[in-house]
Amino acid sequence: MMIENVSRRGFLGSLVSAGALVLGVKILPQPALADASANGLRADAAVLHPSVYLGLDTDGTVYIVCHRSEMGAGIRTTLPMILADELEADWKRVRVEQAPGDEKYGSQSTDGSHSVRDFFDPMRQAGATARLMLIRAAAAKWGVAEGECMGRLHEVVHTPSGRVASYGELAAAAARLAVPKKEELKFKSPDQWRYIGKEVPGYDIPAMVTGKAQFGMDVRTEGMLYASVERPPVLGGRWKSVDDAAALAVPGVRRTAIIPPFKPPHAFQALGGVAVLADNTWAALQGRQKLKISWEDGPNGVYESQRYKGELQATARRPGKVVRNVGDVEKQFALGGRIIEAEYYVPHLAHAAMEPVVAMAHYQDGKVTAWASTQDPQASQETVAAALGIDKRNVTCHVTLLGGGFGRKSKPDYVAEAAILSKQAGRPVKVVWTREDDIRFDYLHAVAAMYMKARLDESGKPTAWLQRSVFPPIVSTFEQNAEYGGADEMGMGWTDVPFDLPNHRAENGAAPAHVRIGWMRSVSNIYHAFAVSSFADELAHQAGRDPLDYLLELIGGSRKIDLKAQGVDYSNYGGTPAEYPLDTARLKHVIQLAATSAGWGKRKPGNGWGMGIAAHRSFLTYVATVVEVEVDGNGKLRIPNVYYAVDAGLTVNPERVRSQFEGAAVFGTSVALLGEITAANGRIVQSNFHDYPVARIHQAPVRTSVQVVNNSEPPAGIGEPGVPPFPPALCNAIFAATGKRVRELPLSKHGFA
Amino acid sequence: MIQLKINGEEKSFSGDPEMPLLWYLRDELGLTGAKFGCGTGLCGACTVHQNGAAIRACITPMKRAAGKEITTIEGLGAQKLHPVQVAWIKHEVPQCGYCQPGQIMQAAALLRTNPKPTEEDIDQAMSGNICRCGTYQRIKAAIADAARGRAR
Ligand code: FES
Ligand code: FES
Repeated sequence: MMIENVSRRGFLGSLVSAGALVLGVKILPQPALADASANGLRADAAVLHPSVYLGLDTDGTVYIVCHRSEMGAGIRTTLPMILADELEADWKRVRVEQAPGDEKYGSQSTDGSHSVRDFFDPMRQAGATARLMLIRAAAAKWGVAEGECMGRLHEVVHTPSGRVASYGELAAAAARLAVPKKEELKFKSPDQWRYIGKEVPGYDIPAMVTGKAQFGMDVRTEGMLYASVERPPVLGGRWKSVDDAAALAVPGVRRTAIIPPFKPPHAFQALGGVAVLADNTWAALQGRQKLKISWEDGPNGVYESQRYKGELQATARRPGKVVRNVGDVEKQFALGGRIIEAEYYVPHLAHAAMEPVVAMAHYQDGKVTAWASTQDPQASQETVAAALGIDKRNVTCHVTLLGGGFGRKSKPDYVAEAAILSKQAGRPVKVVWTREDDIRFDYLHAVAAMYMKARLDESGKPTAWLQRSVFPPIVSTFEQNAEYGGADEMGMGWTDVPFDLPNHRAENGAAPAHVRIGWMRSVSNIYHAFAVSSFADELAHQAGRDPLDYLLELIGGSRKIDLKAQGVDYSNYGGTPAEYPLDTARLKHVIQLAATSAGWGKRKPGNGWGMGIAAHRSFLTYVATVVEVEVDGNGKLRIPNVYYAVDAGLTVNPERVRSQFEGAAVFGTSVALLGEITAANGRIVQSNFHDYPVARIHQAPVRTSVQVVNNSEPPAGIGEPGVPPFPPALCNAIFAATGKRVRELPLSKHGFA
Repeated sequence: MIQLKINGEEKSFSGDPEMPLLWYLRDELGLTGAKFGCGTGLCGACTVHQNGAAIRACITPMKRAAGKEITTIEGLGAQKLHPVQVAWIKHEVPQCGYCQPGQIMQAAALLRTNPKPTEEDIDQAMSGNICRCGTYQRIKAAIADAARGRAR
């Protein structure tokens, strides 16, 4: 699809002949998007526009603005469903538009699984506001009481007389009314919901299956150059000399350009490097291969994964910083008896979204217009503005569909690259990252070592539980030399372990970062859940107990755990304890559901067959997973079934909840079985899917069933919480099947395939 | 000068004969349905049909596409959605959607030569196509459906 008018107000500029103006930027799957150069959303220009999130035209078309990024979780369907429901709109007449970066929408950082959580109420308010205005317009027109009228499927109905008026015909009159205050709004009751909690087909799916959906990679505009960047192979490295003569001789190469190195802390800044700009991607890649650059690596050239692993493990064996303490574990350990220790390890991981990171930008007269596959257009605006020394209000960032994100595309270093290069080239520039770039220059998921220790009484119950985790923290991306995890990282499956333990201590050890560390789908929960849920299973076996019963006993009685009262610096994913308590009853409920649907305990494990269980609350969502595994004599795994039970509170789009959890099982398979990023001489060793494999169709679970507990608790996260319990549940299943305990991921390093 | 047919249209190309077909389609013709995922034949995101068979456009130099008939996702269901596309919509297969044109082209090529694939056939044929979002279970269901002629 073309945006027919995109260039009219200066997007393309003087380099392009007037004849090219009709050839605009290719973007979102909707036909005929409005002029994007001047806040050109149709919602904004619609006759009735009482909220930034919607517009209604006289032809009855409802434009709903999605301000969060679509990367597969279905947010361009789910948020509009909420608004359309409260508006009583006919879904067939809804058009979804993608918002550019703008603070007026609220946070657009599509991260941390909180789009529905944060915007359920604002979407409802927007819908209810427009509905009330339409009702008032109709009531005035008919001279009847407002209370006798209601909105019903794109019409206002006067209930006593049965008179109706369409939303379209009421739009102009409604637009003349004052926008009602929040207190005046009447919301639909849940039993009146038309879309929320129901099956609504994914808005973008038809465009996706016909190839019309427009991703960041697909953005093209007249006069655009394609850029490929050779970046310093070691974080913080600098070029000493550059010879670009051979690169410039490649047909189609237009020029080279230097991207200056960042100033620490690196945060979202471009890494720096040498770019080759060309008429097409191929020429840019060919030219880049011919660059001759010598690099100075700097201090991070020492990074070597094997040695670093040893250092993390050594740190994990020593006392660290206490982040949660109940009772006195040392006193218990001093008593001796049955003391169990175990160490776990999860390597660095790369996001490897199917679409490598990519952005296009055009700098002109002190202003930048960018089109980016970004999870955070506002951060993109800020990063570009800082890179070019301009005001962020002079940066427009349009958001394309994302070919996966998983947290990588929250960090807009690549958008800055595009803007820097466009300024130098004086033309629109699209920076295309190769798969090799995407893996080598990722914001890696932290490598982590965990040390666990427990003392069991005669009945096998732990009287003391010590847990210590060590990983280069995300904090280091924003604060140079930070070595301890932030409260957010520690609050992801570590300080919030929901077990009822009389003596319990959680610690964190220091670890310096030598690469960029970032958040990846479910973040620290991945390694923390792996250690906690594996160790719980190990203790069950040590105690000679059934892992399911043992897990339920570890969690103990139904209660709401008040971590603040225990002195824990706990952020609870930004949720208040009143709205989002840590409720063990809900956790136990999903465990029982998953176990029941799996038929837990019906078949005796062993001889290459087993089931494993893990439960984990993250992003305020309670998840339990039972994984069934078959292991043959060669260690070849088959995962016939995965059973998820999920309590994410009120569920808007159950279909996309199921698909996110199906996907989480596959993502979890990649984490457990295959994923490992290592460094040597400060350089990332892996580069593409041959040495950084991700799960393929024959390795993925055959069937993942997802039971969604839909209740009236406030909505919680969906995109991430399915990942953390999967790897430990799989490893627990492997233990049940084979008696072999794997404490270091990936499994492929330990004889499994 | 290289002559070839893209979605039924005659095209001629005079650039670098080593340039992979993928970049010709995407950058020169604006047919961006075939995606760039790895550039090395490892992920299947760039899958198109060459004389009806699935190929990886990212490792097919233009000189090898000479004289061939290429069909991209844009051409597959241009007249009427292909049964695989219909099944894909019914099962709501895509998440982010980026791998899906490649998956669909691969699946359509499979059904052309093997209209009733077993589960193993499907695994085999589709194992070169990565979906990082993890839609495999639905891909299998959709292919089985299309093969049964249920999705029309
Ligand atoms: S892009 Fe061609 S196989 Fe990956
Ligand atoms: S749907 Fe996202 S990679 Fe397949």
